[in-house]
Formats: sequence, C-alpha cells, structure tokens
Amino acid sequence: MVEHSSIGSVLPAANSPVAMRRRAWREFKDRTARYGVALGGVSVIFAIVLIFFYLLYVVMPLFSGADIATEAEYSMTENKAVHIALNEYNDVAFSADASGHVHFFDADSGKGISTPALPLAEDAVVRSFSKGDFSTGVMAYGLDDGRALVFKRDYKISYPDDKRQVTPLISYPLGERLVNVAAQDESLVLLTVQSNDEQTTLVGLTGKNTLAVLGLVREENFMDEDAFTIEEKRSEIQLSEAENITHMQMDIDQRELYLVDAAGFLIYYDISDITQPRLIQKVKAVPPGVDVTAFEFLTGGISILVGRSDGQIDQWFPLRDQDNNYTLHNVRHFKDQTAAIVALAPEYSRKGFLALDADGQLGIYHTTAERTLLVEPLLDNANAVMGLSPRANGLLTLSNDGKAILTALDNEHPEVSWHSLWQEVWYESRDKPEYIWQSSSASNDFEPKFSLSPLTFGTIKAAFYAMMVAVPLAIMGAIYTAYFMSPKMRTMVKPTIEIMEALPTVILGFLAGLWLAPIVEGNLPGVFSILVMLPIMTILTAYLWTKLPASFRESIPDGWEAAILVPVVIMVGVVSMLMSPTLELWLFNGDMPRWLDDIGVGFDQRNSLVVGLVMGFAVIPTIFSITEDAIFGVPKHLTIGSLALGATPWQTLTRVVLLTASPGIFSAVMIGLGRAVGETMIVLMATGNTPIMDFNIFEGFRALSANIAVEMPEAEVASTHYRVLFLAALVLFMATFIFNTVAEVVRQRLRVKYSSL
Amino acid sequence: MANQSISSWFKNGTPWVWLNAGAVSISLVMVVGLLGLIAVRGLSHFWPADIVAVDYTEPGRESIQLLGEFIDKETVSALRLKSAGVDLPEGQTSAQRFLLKIGNRDYFGLDFRWVVGPWMSEGSYPENVVAVERREWGHFYGYLSGVKEDGQVVASDGAAWDELQSRLERANGLVDQIKAIEKHEIGDINHGLESLRLEARELEMAGVNESALQHQEIAQSRQGWNEQYKVLQKALAGLYTALNRDQMMMTMSDGREVEIPLSKVVDAYRPNAMSTLDKLAFYFHEVWKFISGDPREANTEGGIFPAIFGTVMMVLIMAVLVTPFGVVAAVYLKEYATQGPMIRLIRIAVNNLAGVPSIVYGVFGLGFFVYFLGGNIDELFFAASLPSPTFGTPGLLWASLTLAILTVPVVIVATEEGLSRIPRNIREGSLALGATKAETLWRTVLPMAAPAMMTGLILAVARAAGEVAPLMMVGVVKLAPALAVDTIAPYLHLDRQFMHLGFHIYDVGFQSPNVEAARPLVYATALLLVMIIIVLNITAISIRNRLRENAKASEN
Repeated sequence: MVEHSSIGSVLPAANSPVAMRRRAWREFKDRTARYGVALGGVSVIFAIVLIFFYLLYVVMPLFSGADIATEAEYSMTENKAVHIALNEYNDVAFSADASGHVHFFDADSGKGISTPALPLAEDAVVRSFSKGDFSTGVMAYGLDDGRALVFKRDYKISYPDDKRQVTPLISYPLGERLVNVAAQDESLVLLTVQSNDEQTTLVGLTGKNTLAVLGLVREENFMDEDAFTIEEKRSEIQLSEAENITHMQMDIDQRELYLVDAAGFLIYYDISDITQPRLIQKVKAVPPGVDVTAFEFLTGGISILVGRSDGQIDQWFPLRDQDNNYTLHNVRHFKDQTAAIVALAPEYSRKGFLALDADGQLGIYHTTAERTLLVEPLLDNANAVMGLSPRANGLLTLSNDGKAILTALDNEHPEVSWHSLWQEVWYESRDKPEYIWQSSSASNDFEPKFSLSPLTFGTIKAAFYAMMVAVPLAIMGAIYTAYFMSPKMRTMVKPTIEIMEALPTVILGFLAGLWLAPIVEGNLPGVFSILVMLPIMTILTAYLWTKLPASFRESIPDGWEAAILVPVVIMVGVVSMLMSPTLELWLFNGDMPRWLDDIGVGFDQRNSLVVGLVMGFAVIPTIFSITEDAIFGVPKHLTIGSLALGATPWQTLTRVVLLTASPGIFSAVMIGLGRAVGETMIVLMATGNTPIMDFNIFEGFRALSANIAVEMPEAEVASTHYRVLFLAALVLFMATFIFNTVAEVVRQRLRVKYSSL
Repeated sequence: MANQSISSWFKNGTPWVWLNAGAVSISLVMVVGLLGLIAVRGLSHFWPADIVAVDYTEPGRESIQLLGEFIDKETVSALRLKSAGVDLPEGQTSAQRFLLKIGNRDYFGLDFRWVVGPWMSEGSYPENVVAVERREWGHFYGYLSGVKEDGQVVASDGAAWDELQSRLERANGLVDQIKAIEKHEIGDINHGLESLRLEARELEMAGVNESALQHQEIAQSRQGWNEQYKVLQKALAGLYTALNRDQMMMTMSDGREVEIPLSKVVDAYRPNAMSTLDKLAFYFHEVWKFISGDPREANTEGGIFPAIFGTVMMVLIMAVLVTPFGVVAAVYLKEYATQGPMIRLIRIAVNNLAGVPSIVYGVFGLGFFVYFLGGNIDELFFAASLPSPTFGTPGLLWASLTLAILTVPVVIVATEEGLSRIPRNIREGSLALGATKAETLWRTVLPMAAPAMMTGLILAVARAAGEVAPLMMVGVVKLAPALAVDTIAPYLHLDRQFMHLGFHIYDVGFQSPNVEAARPLVYATALLLVMIIIVLNITAISIRNRLRENAKASEN
C-alpha cells in the first residue's frame, strides 16, 4: 500500500530522507512559531503591565523613610567643641570650642586643615558662644567684659585642574574687632547673634539678669557703594529675678527674640525696633516636671522647636488674631523619642530637623508632613554636638570623649506623607489647617504644598457634573433607541452617536473654552431655561400629538418620535437663547453673572457648568453605546411574553427589560465615569485651573489630569514634585482601572446570564 | 373626562416614551450641531468676505470711516454696554453690536473692534478696497494709491493694481528662493559643522592629541564649510536687495497714507470686485495654501503643513509598531495560551487598559521612555553630544511608542474578536489535512482575520490621531524647527520634536497672544482633524460590518 501510493504520488515517500527532513523542518517551524508567539505575546502583556509597576516604582521613594549609614569614625583631640558644621560637599568640617578656638578639619578623617586665629587677646575670657542661622554661618563669642566677636565661616571654592578645591576661611562681618554689647563690667553669660548684609544684631544676657540688645545697621553711602557707615542702636531689657534664662534665640530676620527660662516659660519679644523691644507673650511651654532641654528655630525663622526632657518635641509659631496681635501656638508635636532631647539640628532648605536625645538616639522628622522618618541609636555617649550638612545628606557628630562619626543620610522626600497629601495641613503663617496645592512659587524660601485633595476634589466635581448631563441623556436615549425606535432609524442614529466617541477631546475643549463659555456667560438665563423647558416642551408635544387628527398621526409610523422632536428641541434652544436677554433684564437686572456675584455666588467664565455640558457630551456616546447593547440584547422572548400577558410596552420596559439589563447599564455608567475622571483636554481648556475646593457650579477647579498636563513638563526629574505628579497619575490609573474592572466583570456576568435565558 | 384621559395617558407611559425620545433628539441635535458648527466656521475662514466701509459716529466724537469684515453680531443689554463703557440713550434697553475685523494691527493696535449698531451708517462696498495678506501684523485693509520702486512712484491709481500683480509675483518668487537657500543649503552647512563639532568632541574623548592628523582634517573641512557659507551669504544679500526694491502705497480708512514693502506681502486681493467664480477660485487657492503652507506669526497665520506632516509621521510609526505587537499578543491569547482564569484575568486587564486615561500613558512615556530609556541610549551611543540630549528628550520616537502602548489594547481586542469569529471547522479542516498549527494560522486563520486586524489598526490610528494630552509630554512642540524627514542622512530623524494638529488647536486657541484673530484658523484645523478621524472611523465601521456579514455567511 505504501509502495503503491509512493509510486503514484509526486510527494516523496513518507519515510524517505527527503520527507523526514521536510517534516523535521516543518516541526521546527511550528515549534519556533509557538515559542515566538508566546514570547511576543507575554512580552507585550508584560509591557502593558509594566506601566503600573513603573508608576509604582517612581512613587515608592516618597513613602520610604530615611536611612543612615556610618561613613567614617575617628578620634579628635579637640574635645571641648560647642558647635560643629559641615560644608556643602560634606568634606570640610568646622568646630568651635568653648574657649574661643576654631578649627577646620577633613570630615572623613579628622585631619586638620587649618586653625585660624581669632582676633582675641591672650587674656580674654570667653563666657558664651552663639551661632546664627545655619545657612549664614555667622557665629559670635561673648566675653566677660561685655564685648563680643562676630565671625563667620566661609568656603572659597576654586577649580585648579578641573578639580574642586575647598579653602575654608574665617571672615568678619563687622570687621576684625570686638563690639561692646554690654557695659564693661558685665559678662555675657548667654549670647545670640544674627547677621546679614544690612544688619547685625546681638543680644546678650548679662550677669545682672539684663538683656543687652545691640543692632548694627550698615548704611551704604549712595554716592559710593563701597563706603558705608555703621549705625549703632541699643536698648536694655531688665528681667525679673524669677526669670532664670536657659536658652535664647533670635530669628534670621532679627525681628523676634525668644527666651526660655528654667521654669519652662517661653518668653517672646518683638525687637524689630531695637530701641524699643516689646514683650509680646509669656507662655508656659511644658507641663510641670518637664524641662525644656533644647531650643532651635526651624529654617525660615518662623517656627520654633522646643525639645523637652521627656523626649517630646513641640513646634510653635506665632499666629495673628483678628486684632492683629500675635500669639504663640503649639501647632504640632512629635513624641517618638523617650529620653531628653539634647540637640536639635534644622535642615537648611526644608522644614525638617534632626533631634538627638540623651540615650544617643537620633530622630529625623519633618514638621509639615508630620512625619517621623527615623528613630535609631546613633551614639553611646549623648554628650555630643552635631552638625548637619546644607544638603541634609550628611551628619557629623562629635562626642565629648573626642569620638567623631560622619553619617550619610538618605532622606530624599520627607515632605510628603499620607497626611500631607490627603488631610488638612497647618502651614506656617496660615491661621488654620488647610488643603493647598501650590507646587511652585516665585519666592525663594517657599515651601511647596502638595495636597492632592483639592485636585481630586476637582476631578470628582468635573466627573459629577459631566455625569449629571450624560447619564440621563445617554440612558434615556439608549432605552428609546434599543426598545422603541424603528429599526430603520436605529441604523442611522446609533452610528451617528457612536462616532462622537472618536471625536478628539481637544476639539471639544477648544469649543468649550472659546465658544461655549462666552455664550453661556452671556446667556445664562437662556441656558437654564433650556434645561427647564426641554422636558416640559417634550411632554407638551407628546400631548398635542395625541390631539392631532388620527390620519396625520398614522402617516408617521411608530418609533419616529425622536425625529418629530428634533424641530422641537431646536426651537426650544433658539427661543431660549433669543429670550435670554429679556429674561436677564427682567429677573436679574440685565446681568446674571453680576447678580450671582451680588448674592455671594462666585462666577468664572470657564466654570463647571461648561465642563459638565461638554464633558457630558463627550461621555454620552460611551454610556449610550454600552447601555443600548445591553437593552437590545435582552432576549426577545422575555419582552414578547410580557406584552402577551397584557403589559403595555412601558410596563414591559420598566418591569422586565430594565431589570434584566440593569447590570449592563451599571457597567456603562462605570465606564463613562472612568472616562470622565481621566479626561484631560476638556478640563484643561474649559476651566480656570485654580485648585479650589468649592462645589459651586459657576466656578472652576483644577483636576488631577489637567494638573499633570500643566506641571509635568516643568517638574525636575526625581524631585518630590515629579514623584507626586506620578502619584497623581497612579491615582487616576487605579481609579479608572477599578471602575473598568467592576464594569467588565458585571458585563461578563450579564453575558452569561443572557445566554442562559 | 379630560382629566381622566390625561392621568391614564401618563399611566400607560406614553409621555415617558416621548421623554426618552427627546433624549435621543437632544443627543442628535448636539452631535449634528457640533459638526455643523465646526464645518461652517472652519470652511468660512477661507472665503474672501466682502469688505464693508461704514461711517461710525460715537456721541461727542467726530465721525470716522471704518473698513473691515463683519465677523459677528449680538444683542446686548444696556447694562452690559454700560459696563463696557458705552452709554445708550435713555429708554433704550438693548442694542445690536457688531464685531468688525478692521485689520491694520500695526496702526490701529487691534484687529477687531466692536461697533454699536445705532451709531453706524449704512455700509457700502467700494470695489477698489484692497485686502493685503501680510507676513507680519495680520491683514491690512485700505485703498491702493500707487506702487513704488526704490522710492520712485512707478504707477498710481488705476494702473497701480495691474502693476502690483506682476511685482508681487516677482517678490514672492524671490522669497521662495531665499527660503530655499536658508532652509536647505545653509541647513546643510549647519549640519556639516555640527557633525564636525561632534567628531572633534569624540576625538577629544578618545584622548587623541590636539595636533593629530584627524584634528587638522576637521579644521580643514570646517574651513571649507565656512567658505561655502560666505558664498551663500553673498547670494542672499543680493536677493534681499532685490526683494526690498518695491513698495505699495496704501490709503487707510482714516485717510493716512502708508507704505508696505512688497517683501512683507503674501497676497493682495479686492474681494468686493471679485465675482462669485473668482471668489471660489480664490477660496480653493486659500485652502491649498492652508494645507501646504508653513505657519507664520506664532502659528496664528499661514498654513499647517508641518502639523499635518507631524501627525501623519507619528501615526505611521505608531502603526508600524503597534500592528505586529498587537496581533502577536492577540494570537497568543486566543490560539496558544491555555484558557484559564489567568488568561481571563489578563484579558480583563487588557480590556481595561483601553480605558485608562491617556495622560497616564503620557506620564509613563515621559518617565520610562524619555528619561530612562532615552537617557541610557544617550549615554551609550551619543555621549559626544552630551550634555545636550539626543534621545533623552521628548521626540517623535517616544511619542509614537507611547501612543503604541496606548492603542495596543485596541488592536488586541479587535484581533481577538476577529479570531474568535473564525469557525472552528476551518481550523480543524486545516489540521486534519496535516498542516501544523503554525501553518494553519499563517495560511488560513490569519488571512481570514485580516479585516479584523485592519479594523483594530484603523481604530488605533483614529484614537492616536486625536490624542493630545500624552503628546504634550513626550514630543509635541508648538513650533518645530525642522520636519522629521529631510535630505540629511539618516533622512528620518526619530529624535526630533514635531508639530501635531491636536496640539496646534490647543496651542493656538489657548496660548497664542492674539486668540481672536487666530480663532478661524483653529476652526479650520479642527475641521481637518475631525474629517480625518471620522473618515478613519467610518472605514473601520464599514470593514467591521462587512466582516460580520462574511462571518455570518460562512457560518451558514
């Protein structure tokens, strides 16, 4: 048999080498195709899924805490340091000791770089030390003869052979001289200093418990920029005997002076006029039995941080009340350390700080985000000073036994927390906690405010008004099209509405912003009269239709009601628009937007009403199409059975068809909602994009999607702002994904149900 | 009795049926009205409207003549007019006002002017009014009083018009020549110099000595390019002198006499003297100029060719990327993967990704493609030109890739649907005849599913053509200096930024300094985009319908 067929066929014999080779080749191709397709398919699916994970990957660092790692440990011979600091590159460290000696050394090894001699006499007795704001590098020594020396650490950076070389040096803002803060026979027990280009202020506490305030105002000669004179202003504050001052700090702008006494009172002076210091408030900062153990300004000089003996850290700032009086408020506190706080180190550019407690635990905090990023043991000897680098990525600690530790800090995004993103945050200088989105500003010492709440609110507001327009129109239209409309008309109507789904939203946005918004503004009463008149006129037309002679009515077959209503709709629209100026004159004194303003309802030209109308229009085809399919797919025997039992078509619809199709309608609404939530161009172009939280239909909003479109191109890669925008995208992704999944699952169930009916 | 009938009429549901019908009517009116609005506004932009001359007398001021086109009219209440600074006489509660395009922005400050109806005289349409389309400052309306050559009047009054025509033609020819030199020849030189700079940088990075032979060669060719440039510059200077020879003298509506150099004139026409046929010819000429021309004046004038080109290029590259991947994924899901809960889950996920907001894809594209992939490509292959990025910046390739990811679910879903419509017996027949699975797929199944893939692709293209939000992040710019395809190797520049019709609408409509003047152009652009997308969709729908009929036929 085999023989026979091989003779008659042009094909090689089944087991001949040629056939075998060909079979092997075909099998190889088949297998290759199998693996190739599988590989391709899986990788495409993987690529799609990658979106979610990539977004997550970019967002994750926002929520990871801080990390510390020891970079170097060494011993220093100088061990009486009262202050240490790091430069911007964490390579040059500075220390100042209690007896008036300063020292620059290599931060990695402790090797000395230079020991500049300060212009202090051999026999000068240093009684106090003060550092100004970290970012200025200004410091001062107070002597026992009422004089003080103001100096400043500076770094000169040069690039010989394209390599960075840092040369540390000491400069003197007031020249190489001592200034008399208090009288000669009084020693400066406590000192605080601040200095900038215009003014240097020193406040010293003398042995007689008086505060000597000295302001040195630099006045430039307007003829010659290099020539200047220094004007001295001074005053004294006599403290009561009960006030045993332990801490003293002045803000960077040299306007406010804070004192802390041994009884735990916070004393707040206004020294903006140096000649007339003014006591503003004296408030008990700690409960009985607890002491204030550390006291520092947060960067910016508005908030003060109070470290307590029970390990708690409080943030206070002054608030203005209705009478323009400032009072201090304890705005928030952190209670994550248990031992007394011995040192506080604020960051230079963010509202975060580090705290060291008596057990040697280091805490890293951020104030506005209310985040404790890390609490970890750092030292075994808590008698230490710490210096934080300007970029907040390095920390140098020096214990009094001479042990120095250089620690690398990894703390990229402390300013974002679940709390700061979604809840009200009490920002400095605001009188109450608020939701604010303000990612950038022209001013330098600005704190970005990343609250996603107003943006999410905007998205929900837009979606809500859009759904108010789309859901009734689309579902009612779908019901009619699927159930009552004549088949001939249906074949025309359905594609017409469906094709609108593909209409680019940029065109809708353009029309909304530049065509519809001015029309709505100019004809507001007309727009509302359309909304009211349309249903009324429709029912009236229906009623009048029954009054028309039967012969005329029968000339138009059933299922063409929609066509009859088209001229009615157009007429209502035209008449309403024509009547609008008259209505406006009659009801609203001729200008409805202004009338709204007068009754306290804000009005923007690009408002939620416009967005609702246009985005509703954009969503109608989506909802319409799916609802129509669901209703049309209801098995015919159900409706025929109902009608046969004597139900009217309307009864059949409401009791049988809609009930059966309701999951489909639900999924249509969900998908429509997903589309409304993610829509970008319409909300971008048709609203004012101001992030406000107000449900007023006549005002705009800023939606998540529009915010991303506006700010993303300008966000610096890997910055907090960039990652927060990714988070906004992730929120949108998740929201729409959830809506769509719910819809899809419901739809699949429905499909199974229909096929079983 | 009547009451009874109304309540029973409500009870049997007829009014609600009508109400539902009303919803359809509203939707239809909105859809058709919207398309009609875009069509009317878009198409009327090119029509040479008659120019009206009116005397306008504001109370307490001298009467002035205005020349311009009627753009719009509206009825406004006295109160609103008052807040705009216009007082109507006592007792009059509202008045009509007209928007007049008066042009001559450089002299009047504004292109448009609202005039209040009652203060305006009956308009006349003088035949000798000339509308001038200029390269700067928008349109100019006035009366032609003469033509000058190097400051000497060569023709005036009646003869001026004919003289102007020939001289305008010459000037436009010269402008084209200048453009050709500036764009192509000088562009080539710049490109040559830039590649020399990169070569030198590469040598430097490789540590080749300054005095090496390669450096000398580079210096030599640089010299060559510079000499060529000098020659071209000389030619250009000559052309510019020739171009600046002629001027036209115009009298404005307020009687001022001004001179317009012909180098600044694109076209001059007398709409009031044109017959309908002339106007029709002019109309199509204008449409052609719009489609084929380059934009001018911050995109608010001129054509949109670069935007059309950019859109088409992006969509083409996207289609080339999305088709194979989408089809392979669909074939895998339908034909190879074991159908189970996992695959069902993946299918739902793929379905849902079609509903994820496009802006999310834009964010992904920017982060992953541009910064991550692009940044790494630059470090590996274009290190010489760093720190200025080559691929590490938004560009055509990344835009196309982003949109490919955005539209791949559409192709997958459509292809899967097509595959599932192919009757089982066809596959089984093929397998029974001894074909392998791959052969069955390749020879029978895929050809039958081809129309479905086509539908998917067309839907993907239609969606991609209309998307703007993601593109704003991954490559679209308001004005691209060069097209993505040119005569310089490698001819197709995937790293370049490009212009896009949708973004053009957003940018011109919302970011341009003179929105009012640019609006007709935006409508025209919108119309073009809508037409492209509707044609694509109708094609997809008709293919799908035919496919369904075929499937039905083969089932029977």
